[in-house]
Amino acid sequence: MRDVAVVGVGINKFGELWNHSLRDLYVEAALAAIDNAGVDHLDSMTIGCMTSGLFVGQEHLGSLLADYLGQKNLAASRVESACASGGLAFRNAYIEVASGMSDIVMAGGVEKMTDISGDGATYALAAAADQEYEVFHGATFPGLYALMAVAHMEKYGTTREMLSAVAVKNHHNGAMNPYAQYPFEVTRETVESSVMVASPLRILDCSPITDGAAAVILTTVDIAKKLGKPIIKVIGSGHATDAIALHSRDDITTLNATTEAAAQAFKMAGKTIKDVDFAEVHDCFTIAEIVVMESLGLYPPGKAGEAVVKGETALEGSFPINTSGGLKSKGHPVGATGVAQIVELVKQLRGEAENGRQLTNSPKIGMAQNMGGSGGSTLVHILEVA
Amino acid sequence: MFPSRIWRESKHRYRLEAGKCKKCGKIVFPYRLICPECGDREFEKIILPDTGKLMSYTVIRVAPSQFTDQAPYAVGIADLGDGVKLLAQIADCDVEKIKVGMDVRIEFRRIQTDAHHGVLSYGYKFVPKWY
Amino acid sequence: MVGIVGYGAHIPRHRIKVEEIAKVWGADAPSYKKGLMLREKSVPPPDCDTVTLSVEAAKNALRRAGGVNPAEIGAVYIGSESHPYAVKPSGTIVAEALGATPHIHCADYEFACKAGSEAMFVCLGLVKSGYIKYGLAVGGDTSQGAPGDALEYSAAAGAAAFIMGTENLIAEIVETHSFMTDTPDFWRREHEFYPQHGGRFTGEPAYFAHTTGAAKAIMEKTGLKPKDFKYAVFHQPNGKFPMRVGKMLGFTKEQIEPGWLSPTLGNTYSGASPIGLTSTLDIAKPGDKILMVSYGSGAGSDAFVWKVTERIEEVRDKAVRTRKLLDENLTYVDYGTYAKFRRKILKNN
Repeated sequence: MRDVAVVGVGINKFGELWNHSLRDLYVEAALAAIDNAGVDHLDSMTIGCMTSGLFVGQEHLGSLLADYLGQKNLAASRVESACASGGLAFRNAYIEVASGMSDIVMAGGVEKMTDISGDGATYALAAAADQEYEVFHGATFPGLYALMAVAHMEKYGTTREMLSAVAVKNHHNGAMNPYAQYPFEVTRETVESSVMVASPLRILDCSPITDGAAAVILTTVDIAKKLGKPIIKVIGSGHATDAIALHSRDDITTLNATTEAAAQAFKMAGKTIKDVDFAEVHDCFTIAEIVVMESLGLYPPGKAGEAVVKGETALEGSFPINTSGGLKSKGHPVGATGVAQIVELVKQLRGEAENGRQLTNSPKIGMAQNMGGSGGSTLVHILEVA
Repeated sequence: MFPSRIWRESKHRYRLEAGKCKKCGKIVFPYRLICPECGDREFEKIILPDTGKLMSYTVIRVAPSQFTDQAPYAVGIADLGDGVKLLAQIADCDVEKIKVGMDVRIEFRRIQTDAHHGVLSYGYKFVPKWY
Repeated sequence: MVGIVGYGAHIPRHRIKVEEIAKVWGADAPSYKKGLMLREKSVPPPDCDTVTLSVEAAKNALRRAGGVNPAEIGAVYIGSESHPYAVKPSGTIVAEALGATPHIHCADYEFACKAGSEAMFVCLGLVKSGYIKYGLAVGGDTSQGAPGDALEYSAAAGAAAFIMGTENLIAEIVETHSFMTDTPDFWRREHEFYPQHGGRFTGEPAYFAHTTGAAKAIMEKTGLKPKDFKYAVFHQPNGKFPMRVGKMLGFTKEQIEPGWLSPTLGNTYSGASPIGLTSTLDIAKPGDKILMVSYGSGAGSDAFVWKVTERIEEVRDKAVRTRKLLDENLTYVDYGTYAKFRRKILKNN
């Protein structure tokens, strides 16, 4: 297996982008990545997208987007793992370069979620859950995470304040991110008085509906050196699934796919969580960030909530989480999220994160955890700057 | 929902027919072709019990389109014993009064009404166990 | 010997008071309550319909039938005037839910409020003739009353199920009689949402004529007099009619009360006299004779003479008693919730 580096990143400003079609979104981010990398060609492209079919009636994205990117006859494909589609695209691109099959591969992610009614979007997103045994009965995504939250609160005494602390922190970081959908601060009071969606989760506990795309270019370390880019190596990659339905899992207060994927990534990297300096995690709902922190082994079960309240995961804390603003403030264009997380890791490791959000202690190792559905699939990646 | 999809699921939804692995005893609902615990492929047909204990629940206030008229409604996961857990709506209750650990019973209810002209979907819901 | 092997009822939890309905339409609640002898009625939530009520009632009947294999049920007849589909039987869904398919005869019955007793009537015949081993007869409804109409105060929801057979009987059928004429007292045309009725015409020439016609004929057939019966169950569109017809026929209040649920249940239409029979069986003693006379607008009455057996004592508490379902664990709704539940509010889709 060859050493693989990320040499270019591109992202567009996330939001309700009425003027951008799915193809516009992707091409804009992809061109930014190509420019950032300085490469003159691609060998292949893998695109993460949860469900362009249900959102805009378009499948066959490999062909469509290679065409619109001006990459004649490119080997391009789309991969899907619900909200972990982006992380999966990154892993597949990594494997393709590491194996020696290709030298320069683009991993992109895109989702166009606003060309459809709110109900239509809810229906499309519900495809990430168990259609027959969860969605059929009226369970929504916030509902499934709410079930996790209630169980976590019952078992460990996790509080409303802890959930709010996640939202407040992420908005604080996102306010400094020019690409974020909601670049503004929120207070605990605002979060706790926002409309209830599925008890105890309120609208400000939930990531939004977002249009957006992100893309990164992976290549060998040798080519990266020739391009004169900082060497950001992919040192670990992990991928795991879990029972898709919440009720089929033994313990809904922990995310086994996350623990398993992280273990694989750590083993490959020869590292542990203690070696990691910061992380982008999948905060589709505030409770998710808390449970992921525990499932990654960062905190013992039941202890992550108070750590957030104490500020241990803030920019200046001992383990900054979601310096980008997370899904909460940055936005969650489903298929793009996993790739957007890599974009943030690279920016931080290069020292290029905008405004005050750049970590000041020269981070060396960053981790991205990207999750599908209610934890049915997870991709974990570890990047290290040379 | 298309009739064939409703029809295929009816024996699970109407009668709670499940499979019990002949090798390790794990109960799978709905039926599967392979046991997720031990990998064996032979199952005995069983019917799930009709009572259980609520392990978690949430009150859904922003509902998907087929359920907007029912909002707010509660959805919960109940433990029916023998390692079997099920997710369903909790009917006939004051959503403010539901408690984790509550005893529930399973009742046959209409789950979805497809506008004025579609096929009706029936299945199971939890109700608080009061007798 | 032919008769009831298992019986059961199901009533939804929600109720609405007469005052709550009267308030909206500016009607005089006390005089409605007095005139109809009605205080409140059951309201089905949107997830309950005739099919779901029938399934739960039938499950209770199976619990009391002790060991009847659903696969041995040879016929399933659901009688209702609020079947969920105009074309596609309720019976197929009920049979599938109970595990009684596929070797089973099925038909849905309708005849206003006597569709349930019709199902019972036909099952008894098929069992007696030896065509089937067990027959499942259900009377259930989630009927609608037009907003502001007198019937809105009473149109309620509930179901009762009976498994008929020849062995392990709880109650034996002694005699049946059916009395019917073409009398248009209450009707609903195809595609209409609410029924129409002839006001006071629904009384003497309709309900009373047919109920007494059937009751007198069956008493003559059997040589039995009112005092020979322990209990009498009549169709109960409100609280008043069954008491009056009982008195007309020579029955006492005490004979009628155990099966008289309408003051707090309302009119469960095809479920009315069948549910009344279940609450009577809940307290009857071996040897008791019960007269049951249903009534369906259009019009007709089915009369039955039942004789309770020894087995009633050991099985009656194998399922929940009807009075418990009627009186306990109730949730009262306001008119707005009631109108929403009953789809009386027009939406664009």
